[in-house]
Amino acid sequence: MITTSTTLGESSESVSDRSVIFADNYLNKLSGEKIEHECRRRIETGCRELELNFANTEIVNSIGISILLGVIDTASNKGARVVFSEVNDETVELFEMLGLTNHVVIE
Amino acid sequence: MAEHSNKLIHAFGALAELGQEITNKNNFQETIRTSLHLISGALGIMRGSVARYSRFGHELNMLAVRGLGDDFPLSLSLCSEDERQFLTNGLNPIEIAHAKALPFFQVYDASFERRNLQLFLPLVVRDEIVGALFLGEKATGEAYTSYEKEIICAMGQHIGVAISQRNLMAEIERHAEQNRKMFDDMRSTYHDTVKAFAAAIDCKDKYTEGHSVRVGRFSEIIASELGWGGDEVEGAAVAGYLHDVGKLTVERKIINAPYRINAKESAELNKHPSVGFEILQPIHHPFTDVPLAAKYHHERLDGRGYPDGLFDREIPFIAKIVNLADSFDAMTTDRPYKARRPAKDVIDDLQRNAGKQFAPELVTSFLGGMLKELSGENRDKRFRRLLGREYMEAEGIAEKLRYTLNEMAPTTPMTYVAAAASVGEFQIH
Repeated sequence: MITTSTTLGESSESVSDRSVIFADNYLNKLSGEKIEHECRRRIETGCRELELNFANTEIVNSIGISILLGVIDTASNKGARVVFSEVNDETVELFEMLGLTNHVVIE
Repeated sequence: MAEHSNKLIHAFGALAELGQEITNKNNFQETIRTSLHLISGALGIMRGSVARYSRFGHELNMLAVRGLGDDFPLSLSLCSEDERQFLTNGLNPIEIAHAKALPFFQVYDASFERRNLQLFLPLVVRDEIVGALFLGEKATGEAYTSYEKEIICAMGQHIGVAISQRNLMAEIERHAEQNRKMFDDMRSTYHDTVKAFAAAIDCKDKYTEGHSVRVGRFSEIIASELGWGGDEVEGAAVAGYLHDVGKLTVERKIINAPYRINAKESAELNKHPSVGFEILQPIHHPFTDVPLAAKYHHERLDGRGYPDGLFDREIPFIAKIVNLADSFDAMTTDRPYKARRPAKDVIDDLQRNAGKQFAPELVTSFLGGMLKELSGENRDKRFRRLLGREYMEAEGIAEKLRYTLNEMAPTTPMTYVAAAASVGEFQIH
């Protein structure tokens, strides 16, 4: 189940939308594809800042990594920014090792 | 050092998952898509594709593509020099800078460069090109290390085997389809030949024109009423079509005699079952009982038939079917010395001779089939087509059939008690 929420800029049009998407406990093919679909949909509808929240995520497998790379690539092609938030230490290490942190901001 | 170990552990995890994915009986396209995910995720590769090689079209056709954009070519033509170099190189990754020496790279160089492809891996399995991997830059921006190339080779080998297996399966399916078509053609030729034979047999006898075809159809009806499967029903029909093939050797004047033939002529005519067997025996029939049906279709359950005077269980079942179909047709068609008999008489005859000439269960199945058609339970007009509507719809036939079947098959307690009570054997309280 993907829980999504959108935080809208309060003051003016120049403040871009930020969409928050929460990842599941285990980021694998099944849950990863749901996230990918949702991210693409948000980017296509004009979202320029995408936050992937990993607060509930314990494990990310290789397919999950590949899907996240796809999301990063899509966002980059559309000029959108990707933020990973509330990532546990082990997953941060994995993201660093594989170079994902070169393309996203970890909050 | 620790990072190196972590990378290895992560990559081996992906390799294990890939092995599992390949051995699962998943959808092939999905397996390849997952394989590409696993390679990308194992080493943090931003983009790439997996292609299958078509040896007929000499093309690499993309099976899975990630991050290469809509304008990336989905089919790449190869020349014989490319193929030769792939085979020489074997399953080893080629840096894009070196791959540029390949003729096909020169054609598609702009597309590869635009998507920042870094590595190319021909998938060669058992000295055969089965596909290729195209891999883009790593998310770290670093060059591929030698251990990463080895992991890519190992994963590529798995994917190559999956493609090779799929190709083999496709080839087997193609051969199976060809065999099926060939079998259908042969079957159709066999049936046409059988029908031609039946027509040739019937041509000898102007009074029984169409007899063999009708016996074939009646045998088919009996078999289907017995609940036989499609092939067995077909076999029964063929046995019926060919039951009189031995008559081809009997003189036409005996067959066409407009009088009751004498003993000598009768002896000559009675050879036709054995002659038919001799004719049919050397032929490899898809239905093994066909020659036996020809040989024994004049045998009777009471042992008074010919050629061997066999009793009940000695007679092959198929011959019993053809015997009933043959006799029924003889009774329901005009002969030179006898007019066609009314349906009610024929039903009486079948009942009277059940257990003597005919197998009772065949008589009940056959008459049951007739009743189903008359009562509308079976909408197929099999009997009407063979016997004519007027004949079949004569007054009282359905009633007669019901009565006869009830008498012949006192299988339910009610029927049995009613039948017994009517002859006063015991009283019902």
